[in-house]
Amino acid sequence: MLTTVNNVDTERSLKMTLDGEEVSFSDGETIYEVATRARREIPTLCYDDRLEAFGACRLCVVEVEGIRNPVASCTTKANDGMVVKTRTEAIEKHRKTLLELVASENRNLDVNPLSGYASQELTKLVDIYGARTGRFQGKKSGTTNTNDKNPFILRDYDNCISCYRCVRVCAEQEGDYAINVMNRGFHTQIIAEFNNDLRDSQCTFCGQCVQTCPTGALGDKKALRDAETEGEIKKTRSICPYCGVGCSVDLLSKGDKIVGVLPAMDGPANEGALCVKGQFAFDFIQNADRLKKPLVRRDDGELHEADWDEALEIAAQGFLRAKKRYGRHSIYGVASGRAPHEAAYSMQKFIRASFGTNYIDNCSRA
Amino acid sequence: MSNPLRDMEKPDVIFAIGTNMTECHPVAATRLKKALTSGATMVVADPRKTRLAKMAHLHLPIRVGSDVALLLAMAHVIQREGMIDDSFIAHRTTGGPEFLEHIKQFTPEWASEICEVPAEDIEQAGLIYGRGNPSAIYYTLGITEHICGVDNVQSLCNLALMTGNLGVEGGGINPMRGQNNIQGAGDCGAVPANFPGFQPCGDPEFAKKFSEAYQTEIDAEKGITKVTALNTCGNGIHAMLIDGENTVVSDPDKNHCEHALKSLDHLVVIDIFLTETAELADVVFPATAWGETDGVQTNTERRVQRLRQAVPPVGEAKPDWWIVSEIAKRMGTPGFEYESAKEVFNELCSLSPIYAGLDWDRIENGEYQWPVPEEGHPGTPRLHEKEFKNGRGVFKVIGYRDPAEVISEDFPLWLTTGRRLQAYHTRTQTGRSAGIEYLLPNETLEVHPDDAATLGLAHGGLAKLSSARGTIEIPVKVTDMSPKGTVFTSFSFANVPVNVLTGSGYDPVTETAELKVCPVKVEPV
Ligand code: SF4
Ligand code: SF4
Ligand code: FES
Repeated sequence: MLTTVNNVDTERSLKMTLDGEEVSFSDGETIYEVATRARREIPTLCYDDRLEAFGACRLCVVEVEGIRNPVASCTTKANDGMVVKTRTEAIEKHRKTLLELVASENRNLDVNPLSGYASQELTKLVDIYGARTGRFQGKKSGTTNTNDKNPFILRDYDNCISCYRCVRVCAEQEGDYAINVMNRGFHTQIIAEFNNDLRDSQCTFCGQCVQTCPTGALGDKKALRDAETEGEIKKTRSICPYCGVGCSVDLLSKGDKIVGVLPAMDGPANEGALCVKGQFAFDFIQNADRLKKPLVRRDDGELHEADWDEALEIAAQGFLRAKKRYGRHSIYGVASGRAPHEAAYSMQKFIRASFGTNYIDNCSRA
Repeated sequence: MSNPLRDMEKPDVIFAIGTNMTECHPVAATRLKKALTSGATMVVADPRKTRLAKMAHLHLPIRVGSDVALLLAMAHVIQREGMIDDSFIAHRTTGGPEFLEHIKQFTPEWASEICEVPAEDIEQAGLIYGRGNPSAIYYTLGITEHICGVDNVQSLCNLALMTGNLGVEGGGINPMRGQNNIQGAGDCGAVPANFPGFQPCGDPEFAKKFSEAYQTEIDAEKGITKVTALNTCGNGIHAMLIDGENTVVSDPDKNHCEHALKSLDHLVVIDIFLTETAELADVVFPATAWGETDGVQTNTERRVQRLRQAVPPVGEAKPDWWIVSEIAKRMGTPGFEYESAKEVFNELCSLSPIYAGLDWDRIENGEYQWPVPEEGHPGTPRLHEKEFKNGRGVFKVIGYRDPAEVISEDFPLWLTTGRRLQAYHTRTQTGRSAGIEYLLPNETLEVHPDDAATLGLAHGGLAKLSSARGTIEIPVKVTDMSPKGTVFTSFSFANVPVNVLTGSGYDPVTETAELKVCPVKVEPV
């Protein structure tokens, strides 16, 4: 298993010719992988580099000397001495025709980017290849399951191109097998188990199918609530606030509002995966219950809003009073396992530096 | 975790005990699923038939709190079958001979009585773990939240030590941390026994180091734990500063806890919501939330990662470090003139040997796993590769103990508690995120169909659930997820305050509460 990706040149010296340039590769690599490493841009639709290559869309085809028909580069292994052309006139024409066909079957080509991580893939390719020609008057395939009342995942199969990425991510990445394929060919429809609502299936609402969908057929319903909200979408790299796995996320915000979350494909802990909490439970910070001002308990026994100066002074005086009255071992600090390091560090320093004790703990004991 | 998360795709044998990983650490579980796809064998020990258990090649639905007995018998089998790693034991460990002698008495038949699973299955579990090359152990709170939590962990260490499964790719002992920065809170020294970077408080050398750094004479002895502090509120402890913890709901024995906090002269709480705990405070400060705060957190594989602010804070909320510093300054405590989170983090790095090679700018891409002892060091994805921190791995001779409370005529069923996929902790966050209630509208008590029949409980009906400490009402879900004789629920919903019931005992070493085991009785309402 420990192969040679880093020192391909020295080890076996497998070589192929790619658009006239000699490139080395290691055993087992596909033409697509070799070409991508050599900075060729081969268009793909059914490909997700986290999944087993599938070879369904045929957009990634290339010409190989000595083979009559073009081959799918994502599923064809590179061979020593192979001569490959990635962008001939014939290939480009073939790609355009394919995209025209796909475009003709899809109701909606312009998909809101809040739909999901890969939601712009088809649209981008259609535009690069100028494939909005309307040359084919296709029937619409699939149907929308708008009855599914789940709050997270939009299922609009009118936009489905049968790339099976959702099915494959669910099976291969999640091991959940929550969705499946019904029928074959034009009538293909991606269905939840028993053609039911996702909630009644094995689905865990991890959102991975949404994020890999290249057309917006599956969309992030929660993020799309803000489709019409004013403002540019800003991306901020951060970490999920829930469990200890520490998945990397890109927070999507418009103005002062977080509108959605994208999994970070290069996140070291998650490599693009998320669970329902990290994917969809981000809006608690915008909840109306958030504390907005300091509160102090007044003579009536109730908590009332106060300004910072007053509240800080009361807090500080209370600790000084306890220390004077009961000694420095009468004050205790409990830090959070949820807040960042700076909170925990300053909490422990507060106790140690103010009272000279080690009377500090965190919530890991419960 | 001794090993990095990416190692989870590589074990030959997976032994998962006391972890409902597909619900509590779903993304980590996806990696185990990949290992299974590529041919790994998995043994799961868990009272409940969790999703992980259903994926296992062998599921041992052991009685809650009987883990040590199972692990002793597995060790027994491994030794009897000659599957121990003699060279590892000789060169890397101490206490091996005593331990190997000790386990001779603990046969699978003996453990079978205690664990309430067949002796053959225990035998198989030992054989599978012993044969694996490598075998990896994964566990969570199902192991630690017991009066014998330390014994449980130590028993797992014994297994890994006797088979040489430490310091190897795809092996190790891997606790999955439940909260995003619980590892970090420990790293930062927010514990009574350690200064930042796990430098022990009891050691005068470190007490001196921090006394100098903090310009105050600091005790050269450990502090008391939170459990002890709560037990002495009003009688020793008179003031508390609590940051971001809903103690009243998450801690065991809720009534005791509430009473403790009420008997303080002065309680200050920093949080993002007015939690049940904050409601008891004299002063409450609004903290900035995730998404509004720049900072650092460490994940379960010791990876130090940056949190970044995406939007401005709501209202007048301020970062926790700023609030704490302002209180400190007003008390005349020196050393709190921070201008940014970066300054606070860099001070931590300067005082903590495991972070010595890090600073705010270096962790930009999150590629470091501590220890990072000096600048230029690549970090340490896998612990114990060449040696253990203190030289050798130590075998501990451990015996089985019953839980603090065992079932009786009055309380004939075992209650065990846990988390749910869609809810997090006390739901202060997931409960306030739109849509989550569609997936998890309320809490239920999971009861085996046979028990439901005997007790006259109907699916969806209300039940009265009581322990020696209290009673709550809760809707019933009849399911074979729970084994016969054991009921399950989570502590996520404030309207079903399960921790009114729990709290029968604490681990004598860590004072971790026995949240996982509590004898109860269930009656229809
Ligand atoms: S949300 Fe996750 S589990 Fe559900 S169908 Fe999509 S990929 Fe599968
Ligand atoms: S996305 Fe899920 S698995 Fe990942 S850190 Fe968040 S809660 Fe944990
Ligand atoms: S990307 Fe190769 S066939 Fe679709």
